[in-house]
Amino acid sequence: MKRLFLIEFHKLRNNRAAKILSLIYFILFSAIALFASIKFNFGSIDFRLADQGIFNFPFIWHFNAYFVAFLKLFLAVVIVSMVSSEYTNRTLKQNLIDGLSKKEFILSKFYGVLGFAIASTLLLFIVSLVLGLIFSDYDEFSIIFSDLEYIFAYFLKLVGFFSMCLFFGILLKRSAFALGFLFLLWIFEGIVQLFIKFQAESLDFILNVLPLQSMSNLIIEPFTRLGIVKSAATQLNSEFTKSYDVEWSTLLIVLAWSFIFIYSSWKLLQKRDL
Amino acid sequence: MARAFRLTGNHLALKTILKLKELTKKFGSLTAVDALTFNIQKGNVYGILGPNGSGKSTTLGMVLNVVNPSSGSFEWFGGEMNTHEALKKVGAIIESPNFYPSMSAEDNLKLVCKIKGVDYSRIDDVLEIVNLHDRKKDHFKSYSLGMKQRLAIASALLNDPEILILDEPTNGLDPQGIHQIREIIKKIAADGMTILLASHLLDEVEKVCSHVVVIRKGVKLYAGPVDELNATHGFFELKSEHKDELKSFLDTHSAIERYDEEDSGLIKAILAQPYEAKFLNKECFDKGILLTHLVKRKETLEEQFLKLTKNQ
Repeated sequence: MKRLFLIEFHKLRNNRAAKILSLIYFILFSAIALFASIKFNFGSIDFRLADQGIFNFPFIWHFNAYFVAFLKLFLAVVIVSMVSSEYTNRTLKQNLIDGLSKKEFILSKFYGVLGFAIASTLLLFIVSLVLGLIFSDYDEFSIIFSDLEYIFAYFLKLVGFFSMCLFFGILLKRSAFALGFLFLLWIFEGIVQLFIKFQAESLDFILNVLPLQSMSNLIIEPFTRLGIVKSAATQLNSEFTKSYDVEWSTLLIVLAWSFIFIYSSWKLLQKRDL
Repeated sequence: MARAFRLTGNHLALKTILKLKELTKKFGSLTAVDALTFNIQKGNVYGILGPNGSGKSTTLGMVLNVVNPSSGSFEWFGGEMNTHEALKKVGAIIESPNFYPSMSAEDNLKLVCKIKGVDYSRIDDVLEIVNLHDRKKDHFKSYSLGMKQRLAIASALLNDPEILILDEPTNGLDPQGIHQIREIIKKIAADGMTILLASHLLDEVEKVCSHVVVIRKGVKLYAGPVDELNATHGFFELKSEHKDELKSFLDTHSAIERYDEEDSGLIKAILAQPYEAKFLNKECFDKGILLTHLVKRKETLEEQFLKLTKNQ
């Protein structure tokens, strides 16, 4: 496993595009968190996002995990291109000739995916912890480390998403096609969602198993949970009965998708003549 | 300078490195490789000869784990390990050199070391062999085709392989590049390494190979030592003003199997047994046949190859 990870790491470390994109990703990641702590002056009103309770433990785990997840698109580009460039440079062929098996090749890519997911999750954890320690109104140990399942959900969300990118890269061999396909899938799922909502409500269980939808279900939007929004809603007499928990079933579905994507990548590669 | 390659002792001479059994590849209705069977023994230099599209690269692709065989089988090193483990002991370059463009030569070779599970100690040696040591820090994409091909050979030598497989190693190179590659191959072959060289260029094979496998349209036409490809003793090219006398003399001569007259008037007398030109010259002279042209030749591999592929 270490050998395969080191092989992938060696490839990434020497790929300028991957390095730059990853760097942008991790800088943006930190910058967004810091952005929230800046004070805005709207005339006489001082507004600071950090004072709205978003950085309170344990809510911060949920908020940050949801909020920075969209940045994963940057890494998706890296992952798709690190797969498709192996086709276009024909280095995949050379790797196999040099003695890597097809299974080892997919595994090395998967370890790369895990590496990115772990690094992002760690960064999320550290940034949130620091912001929380600075701005949170609560700082008891037990409160700080509660609700950490959002961090785990974030990790799984990345693994699932990146595995999907990996599969599309293997399937389509070109990064532009793979990313385009990802976009198409997103639109397709949107249409299915609309259709079910307005035409066939009894089929709504399907929504839970669609790949992109299930990944987004892992971390429910946190905005309506925010104190300020909640109190506004109560004043308007609307009821909130939404569950914000990370559901076991969703975790399992995303885990299953990750497995399906990685396994199909392997089977696909096995069947192909290169 | 390079460490000497593992020399082949006589006791190892019969060790079979690669065994192909009825190996077949079909692409749809096209049969690219048709029930190919041959063995590669340690210590020999093999050529796979065939015109373009005869299935050479597909055959190599199958034994190198990138093309799935339709039927039949192959076995590396007596079948004691699976293909990808075996390939770690093989050095192979195929068609075009494939490396990571934004990595330096050195980093590319490091990656190959990681895949093959060998340490970095040979990197400088192999770069020295192919004359790229000065450029090892440069990006692969800045290399000329000749340099790329040389780097590919360096990469194939990294693990001190049991066998070196080269598929059209001089394809697309300029004369200087071709010369460099051939010198390297000759040097490696002289060190006793087993080599499998696929090519459609006959003189290339003729210069370095001891054994040859000839295929056409995926079918094996011949496999064996180069000398026996056409087991003849050579032929005489003869010209004389006394053509009829010459012909009747050749008809009765015991060392001449048969003769053909070419359009140019040149008579090609094929030998049935070893025979020296000077004896033939003397006999003709004694019979009053004056030769204006007498050359003893062996058929080149090219002539043999063309004959072989035409006959089928």
